[in-house]
Amino acid sequence: MVELWTNYGLPIAIIVLQSVALMVPLLVMVAFLIYADRKIWAAVQMRRGPNVVGPFGLLQSFADMLKFVFKEVVIPASANKGVYLLAPLVTSVLAISAWAVMPVAEGWVVADLNVGILYIFAISSLGVYGVIMGGWASNSKYAFLGALRSAAQMVSYEVSIGFVIVTVLLCVGSLNLTDIVNAQKGEWGLLNWFWLPLFPMFVVFFISALAETNRPPFDLAEAESELVAGFMVEYSSTPYMLFMLGEYISITMMCALMTVLFLGGWLPPIDIVPFNLVPGIFWFVAKVWAVFFMIAMVKAIVPRYRYDQLMRLGWKVFLPLSLFMVVAVASVLHAFDLAP
Amino acid sequence: MELAGAFFYLFAATLVAAGFMVISSRNPVHAVLYLILAFFNSAGLFVLLGAEFLAMILVIVYVGAVAVLFLFVVMMLDIDFAELRAGFLKYLPFGATIGIILLIELILVLGTWVISPEISANATSPVPLAAEITNTEAIGLLLYTKYVYFFEASGIILLIAMVGAITLTLRHKEGVKRQNIAEQVARSPATSIEIKHVEPGAGI
Repeated sequence: MVELWTNYGLPIAIIVLQSVALMVPLLVMVAFLIYADRKIWAAVQMRRGPNVVGPFGLLQSFADMLKFVFKEVVIPASANKGVYLLAPLVTSVLAISAWAVMPVAEGWVVADLNVGILYIFAISSLGVYGVIMGGWASNSKYAFLGALRSAAQMVSYEVSIGFVIVTVLLCVGSLNLTDIVNAQKGEWGLLNWFWLPLFPMFVVFFISALAETNRPPFDLAEAESELVAGFMVEYSSTPYMLFMLGEYISITMMCALMTVLFLGGWLPPIDIVPFNLVPGIFWFVAKVWAVFFMIAMVKAIVPRYRYDQLMRLGWKVFLPLSLFMVVAVASVLHAFDLAP
Repeated sequence: MELAGAFFYLFAATLVAAGFMVISSRNPVHAVLYLILAFFNSAGLFVLLGAEFLAMILVIVYVGAVAVLFLFVVMMLDIDFAELRAGFLKYLPFGATIGIILLIELILVLGTWVISPEISANATSPVPLAAEITNTEAIGLLLYTKYVYFFEASGIILLIAMVGAITLTLRHKEGVKRQNIAEQVARSPATSIEIKHVEPGAGI
């Protein structure tokens, strides 16, 4: 019995505890991110935004969650029931599981994989399944059209995200996320981070991240004006909430990925006394919020792209640019013998 | 670690069950979804073997790209199941014969399999420890030095296949309005609008 505990029980208990310690703060943060998103959007449009539930409307997301959970789950009569209910689960579970390899501070990581960045890339490329399954299983034209659009879009922008990751990896020489952050450490503080030498790639990654997570201006999958709500038009109550939750968690994931790849992860912006005494988790969260602020501003001020413009941007602008940058970065690293 | 053993049985059992469901489920979309589950579990098996790079590439390439296209094609198909199953009894003896012949051939080939002494010598040659070199590095070192010509040849084959697919399907339609982004950006008020002063009650 004791053997069973030390061999199976204890390792599983440790994994579960670590996951809970990551997931609870993450979900609370996502709740406030949704609130911030709505507040920023409202402020740009000179509205008040959520301001009734709790002080300044801070508890709005929790009120929304309770309401979603207590509503009735409506399943369309001709829907494929199993796949219909599986789709939101796939979206949210995949979005959360990508966080397993994200180092939030020095050594604070659930699984320190050697191929961490590939793992995140793999998991984020699977996000498209939730969309396709939801769109197909609803058995509705709007939902299916939304799913088709979204799948084509996500597959296209994944290509340039892959090349951006390759350029960063060329400068680091490792696929481990902790190594990527440590490679950006230096005496120049924030000037040592990769956003400066790889600035075009940072921009490409930022825009591709918007497209990959179906955020405006690339939210053609949802496109309220033409497809009502795209692939999730038939969903209600908890399944709908799971879709939204998964979407926001993957947006947070993309913010965290930009933080790790380009903005030095948990490193302080200036490596002198008052700043480097602050725990790394604070810098990490602050950077994630800063990137999210930019994403929220884009949602508020940029009009939606047309579908052919979206495809043109992905295949004709970003793909050649990122391919060229891979070659250019590799040649510079080789010519000046900078490669790690 | 014992936990890895437990996970091996979990992945292996799910893999076999999912593989069985791929060929036995009636709805083709369900079959593709089970296929994805099978890919996923085989990636899990790769991770347990310590081949994490292969596992991730399997997920990225097969699950993230190939299976998406499969799913697309299958969703678009309008399959009549009654028609598909209509000839089942008629074709059963024929299919069974082919299956049995294949089985016998496999048994004959695999039963008499002898591993050449050279290969078994290779298998016992020293392999660097997993702690010394990550398997991404190991694959890179081998792929870009010893097998570089094969690697480039496969790249050229893929390029040719891509060019072929594009030439087969490329059509230039007549009379389609195309958007020239540079032209649109270069427009200025001077070239695109004209201001007319209209007398009251006169019209243009």
